[in-house]
Amino acid sequence: MDTSNITTNQYNAKDFKSDQYVRWCPGCGDYAVLSTLQKVMAEIGVPPHQTAIISGIGCSSRLSYYMSSYGFHTIHGRGAAVATGVKVANPDLSVWQITGDGDCLAIGGNHFIHSVRRNVDLNVLLFNNQIYGLTKGQYSPTTKKGFITKSSPFGTVERPFRPAELTFGARGTFFARLLDVDLKTAQLCMLAAAKHKGTSVVECLVNCVIFNDGAHGWIAEKESRADRIIVLEDGQPMIFGKDRDKGLVLDGFNLKVVTIGENGISESNILVHDASCQDTTIHMKLAMMEGPDMPIAMGVIRNVEEETYDEAVEAQIAEVQAKSKIKTFDDLIATCEQWEM
Amino acid sequence: MDNTKKTELDNVVVRFSGDSGDGMQLTGTLFSNLSAILGNEISTFPDFPSEIRAPQGTLGGVSGFQVHLGSSKIYTPGDDPDVLVVMNPAALKVNAKAIKKGGIIIFDSDTFNKSGFEKAGFTTENPFEELAISETIQLIPAALSSLTQSSLEGFGFDNKTVLRSKNMFALGLICWLFNRPIDQAIHFLTTKFGKKPTILQANVKVLTDGFNYGNNLHLSISTYLVEKSHDTPKGKYTSISGNKATAWGLIAAAKKAGLELFLGSYPITPATDIMHELANRKDMGVKVVQAEDEIAGIASAIGASFAGDLAATSTSGPGLALKSESIGLAVMAELPLVIIDVMRSGPSTGMPTKTEQTDLLQALYGRNGESPVVVMAANTPDDCFKQAFMAGKIALEYMTPVILLSDAFIGNGTSLWKLPTLAELPEINPNYVKSDMTDYKVTSRDENTKVRYWSIPGIEGFGHRNGGLEKDYVTGAISTDHQNHQLMVDTREQKVNNVSQIIPELKVEGNKDADLLVIGWGGTHGHLMSAVNSVNKNGRKIALAHFNYINPLPKNAVELIQQYKKVVVCELNSGQFASYLRSKVTGVEFLQYNKVQGQPFTVAELEECFNNLLN
Repeated sequence: MDTSNITTNQYNAKDFKSDQYVRWCPGCGDYAVLSTLQKVMAEIGVPPHQTAIISGIGCSSRLSYYMSSYGFHTIHGRGAAVATGVKVANPDLSVWQITGDGDCLAIGGNHFIHSVRRNVDLNVLLFNNQIYGLTKGQYSPTTKKGFITKSSPFGTVERPFRPAELTFGARGTFFARLLDVDLKTAQLCMLAAAKHKGTSVVECLVNCVIFNDGAHGWIAEKESRADRIIVLEDGQPMIFGKDRDKGLVLDGFNLKVVTIGENGISESNILVHDASCQDTTIHMKLAMMEGPDMPIAMGVIRNVEEETYDEAVEAQIAEVQAKSKIKTFDDLIATCEQWEM
Repeated sequence: MDNTKKTELDNVVVRFSGDSGDGMQLTGTLFSNLSAILGNEISTFPDFPSEIRAPQGTLGGVSGFQVHLGSSKIYTPGDDPDVLVVMNPAALKVNAKAIKKGGIIIFDSDTFNKSGFEKAGFTTENPFEELAISETIQLIPAALSSLTQSSLEGFGFDNKTVLRSKNMFALGLICWLFNRPIDQAIHFLTTKFGKKPTILQANVKVLTDGFNYGNNLHLSISTYLVEKSHDTPKGKYTSISGNKATAWGLIAAAKKAGLELFLGSYPITPATDIMHELANRKDMGVKVVQAEDEIAGIASAIGASFAGDLAATSTSGPGLALKSESIGLAVMAELPLVIIDVMRSGPSTGMPTKTEQTDLLQALYGRNGESPVVVMAANTPDDCFKQAFMAGKIALEYMTPVILLSDAFIGNGTSLWKLPTLAELPEINPNYVKSDMTDYKVTSRDENTKVRYWSIPGIEGFGHRNGGLEKDYVTGAISTDHQNHQLMVDTREQKVNNVSQIIPELKVEGNKDADLLVIGWGGTHGHLMSAVNSVNKNGRKIALAHFNYINPLPKNAVELIQQYKKVVVCELNSGQFASYLRSKVTGVEFLQYNKVQGQPFTVAELEECFNNLLN
């Protein structure tokens, strides 16, 4: 929704908390996303009653019960379709879709790619813990190949999806990535998602302490994290590292990590992040970076402006109505070929 | 003027048949509309080819359009035609079995040649003898192709364009045969082709030449007179298809309730015309999402309903199967939703263009858990308007999904429709939250009707969490308490049963003191009514109880049925409504008459069945 006209910050995080007891496992990464979301909503300033939280089924989808806004905990995989209906029916609402890697990418894969393709103005928080938690530990579409779970006792033989690839393949206009334990980046991502008009996909890397503990462990440890992730900022050179001495440059068609001050590299050689670039090539390369050779890209990777589906639907109706002589139902009846009997 | 006689008929059936490109639908529509203007009752039904683009002149490419005219109330597009117009031998072959004894066949003799016979699979040069109908029918050969060519000489059209007008020659001939002045047909053509003056001129020329050709035939054949109907209530009428009437019924309901209309749908035969019509009604502010699949169609509609629209989804049997889980969500979330199932032949893909009533039990029971919904059905093309309106009203006033069953027969067929005004339609009052309510919960409801109060996002102080998990009756929070679940199950069922308070009582048509009660539902009304009337005319005592409302049943239904000694349930399935009635009505032996052939009943077969039961 258009948040540009909201200037006063009259809400705080508490205003977005419901009276329900939060029932995730102790230590679950979902708690951090929930509290960040409540903070971000207060900061955006859209009142709770103008906010709709639509979720599917799974651990993450319980989130709608924990918000004081209007919420709808729907059925497995269909959250994107329900959210599309909500937003098209009432574009004034700020609509958030809460989903997980199973809900969004397995049973709901079709709805996900099509809501992204249409560019419905939704903020999608995709909780990715690479496992089915609520059904107690089966592999998901994002589980790493070879991983042993209850439904893959000898290791999965499936190749995983990467949410960013799917999003770009579906012509997505916004993609960001956050990590449950990095609250600052999480807040930054959600804020940008809320401000972006269109489908904003935020991949939330969350830890499932019970069934997939440490799935994101390589970047979870605070001491080493700064060397293992890069938090992208639009218009800023892509620099990272504890000492802010590492950067990304193009090497042929690929990205490469370089050290500033070595081999004649200075800050001016480092690539500048352009999140609003229509072409997805660099965004894709950034999103696909993997350790240990490359840092994991966090923050807003892509943020492009395009007309939203809900706007287009409204605009077309307004255009037809402005031209049409048929204003009322009785006018419509009068258009019938008719005769007296 | 000549030896042509005029025969007066109470009703007559005309079937136009040819290649998909021969314009049979337009010819038939023009003929039925101008008959209606002259005061006849009309009912029509299109018959689509079985293949998408079959080669010209072959059996698979034959499409047809049947018109039934009457000088008294008529209920169906008719069983077998009195007059058959065929544009090629294939059309003759497809329809030969249907033509009535003593009927007339008008055929384009230009296409009745060796190549035409071969394409249609005739082995001799005399198809009428080959079909063994040459003794029982009257033939009017007319060289439609070459007559049209000479009619349009000097217009400068290429041959293909010229031949496209031969349907107008046929229409002219039919107008002559039925003593119809052609002025009205010319008026219709003017409306249709007004922006293309040359095409208009050409069509009018061919139409007039066709009419005059008939006049000058000096055939010893009788032309027909079908007098004005005096059974039709006075008023302004149009001809409308069931699918269009359904779309307009939804629009009317939304307007009456003061809400925006939302349709989430996915293309499926034979329901797609509902989506087409609503997508075209942006002037009425209708929002249509053509979804990525059937599930997203209904799921988006549920979202729109949650957000405060009158929301609907349109589909056919396979799509209803895909929507089952989502319907369960709408039951659990107690949201208003209209689900339209234009039934077709199944199971699986079945025969997509053919009609059946085989989705009844799916509509009633095809979900997990105790999941009651309102199930209703439309009787005729024009009745689709009324029932779609009522489906919207019930959904909004009772916060429940409503499944409206239509079918391929009434969805594609047309009938006369008395034009309504918005003002004369019943009021619709959704069960909104009231601003003075305190401590609103998602499960807050009117304790009399059991209807949940509707709080629409955007209203301050009424935020809530809805969903598919069981809720506590009082607090609305998630609950797995066993007693609470029983209470919620009972409450949802009671709410749906309470709909019987606002639906009309079941009426008996025909002879109320009958020895045989015929029971039907939905799109078979026309055939059942015609057969019942006919059997009554022959001195037997027979009545019809036809259902629009199936769940809940009308309040008086059980007692009414129990009054009759002999009861037969007629439906286009293997006995679904009969088995449902057995579970609701005690002490009655329900006989069955069933047909599952992808075709409507014929009046003749029903009469035979009823007469046998009355013997």
